[in-house]
Amino acid sequence: MKRHLISAADLSRADALLILDTAEELAQLADRPIKKLPTLRGRTVVNLFYEDSTRTRISFEAAAKRLSADVINFSAKGSSVAKGESLKDTALTLEAMGADAVVIRHPASGAAHRLAGWVRGSVLNAGDGTHEHPTQALLDAFTIRRRLRGGTGGRAAPPYAGGSGGSSPRASGALDGVRVTIVGDVLHSRVARSNVLLLSTLGAEVTLAAPPTLLPLAVGSWPCAVSYDLDSELPKSDVVMMLRVQQERMNAAYFPSVREYSRRYGLDVARMARLPDHAIVMHPGPMNRGVEIAAEVADSSRSTIVEQVANGVTTRMAVLYLLLGGTEFPAVTQ
Amino acid sequence: MCAASSPVAGRDGLAVLDAEEIRRALTRIAHEILERTHGGDEVILLGIPTRGVPLAYRLAGRIAEFERLVVPCGSLDVTMHRDDLRLHPARALGRTELPAEGVDGKTVVLVDDVLYSGRTVRAALDALNDLGRPRAVQLAVLVDRGHRELPIRADYVGKNLPTSQREVVRVLLAEVDGQDAVMIGEEKEGQP
Repeated sequence: MKRHLISAADLSRADALLILDTAEELAQLADRPIKKLPTLRGRTVVNLFYEDSTRTRISFEAAAKRLSADVINFSAKGSSVAKGESLKDTALTLEAMGADAVVIRHPASGAAHRLAGWVRGSVLNAGDGTHEHPTQALLDAFTIRRRLRGGTGGRAAPPYAGGSGGSSPRASGALDGVRVTIVGDVLHSRVARSNVLLLSTLGAEVTLAAPPTLLPLAVGSWPCAVSYDLDSELPKSDVVMMLRVQQERMNAAYFPSVREYSRRYGLDVARMARLPDHAIVMHPGPMNRGVEIAAEVADSSRSTIVEQVANGVTTRMAVLYLLLGGTEFPAVTQ
Repeated sequence: MCAASSPVAGRDGLAVLDAEEIRRALTRIAHEILERTHGGDEVILLGIPTRGVPLAYRLAGRIAEFERLVVPCGSLDVTMHRDDLRLHPARALGRTELPAEGVDGKTVVLVDDVLYSGRTVRAALDALNDLGRPRAVQLAVLVDRGHRELPIRADYVGKNLPTSQREVVRVLLAEVDGQDAVMIGEEKEGQP
């Protein structure tokens, strides 16, 4: 694995599977009386958040704390950033404090990449503008694998449980042949880009379903198919991932009205009925209930939205462990 | 025993235990566990991945054979508790699989293939500490090769094997390696 996690494209198929398998083992921690491991004792993880976030920040914080790392939370509001400090100066400050990892969320695409050039520790991209959000893609892949590839854990132990035996009750392997439809505001979505890259690395067939105005220009070069018609995609989908309509990033009229968007691309009960029986409905949150997803759908048994949050902690623990748990990278000591 | 009779003799050095001897050692350990725990009541066998796990299941099989007693069996991964994590790149995790009844109040017998520095066992004791409070913890190993770095000893030993620290002891088990043998050889370049 590389030292940083900036883009889902940084992950090879083997890296991605290692993260998912590690997360699968760490998922058991949630059932134990002591939900903590000593692995990252003495390491410092800084959460550097220039943009509002609930679940990602809390998720990273919980993940780092469960691995016994020290966590420093930094939000742009109420810090020297409000006085005009640049990202680089903030980075150098963190560097001087000895951060082993920096988790960054920033409204500018490419901020995590720039930061990686300034600090010695690992940089984890927790969302940069409309570019990427790789840990969200990892937790989505983890959720898909658990739901569709069996393995909820806790079943009878196999007669011989060593190695990577095929009799494993846990979810394993890649996502070859899983059909994933990502719906909605792809243009503003870092989640969509990271998911397209990671899921195609893992062998899934990804289709983007969105109005033409909400697709990026370069979508033709992405490893996925594109459709303007959600209804024709639903019957052949194993996974439907609804994206939030990001009104805060919209500075033009991308669709005539919210009602029209909702009618053509929103997932309501009637549309959910067109899905195959095993199909699941995902949403990275936060949801606009009644816009891209109906409340009945969000609360149905097919929805994995709450599961995704729990899996987020587990997946981020796996990433932190694999980036920080081992030896320091040679590049650091040189 | 002639070295040429073992297909891996050239690569991994000399075989010091063959399949029959491993079988007899495990049979003896199984009897000793029954004896020391007064019939194996409330005993749980926990193997340390990778090769401790099949050993634990084999011991459970012997005990079932001798006493018609089903001893719960599981695995305990110690990777996250190791003290040498920072000396290597992050490694993939093994599997932790506890019997449904948990470890509280039980006599836990940790099972591993080789006892060397004792650091793996220390990590296992720490890992166990987070899982519950056993009544007692015992240690069974197939090979004790000496050179302890911590005050740890085994309760059940298959074979005491005096070694030099330059030597490498490798346990091969049918479940993992396709055959049973304990090999001893010189350290090769590039090996830890």
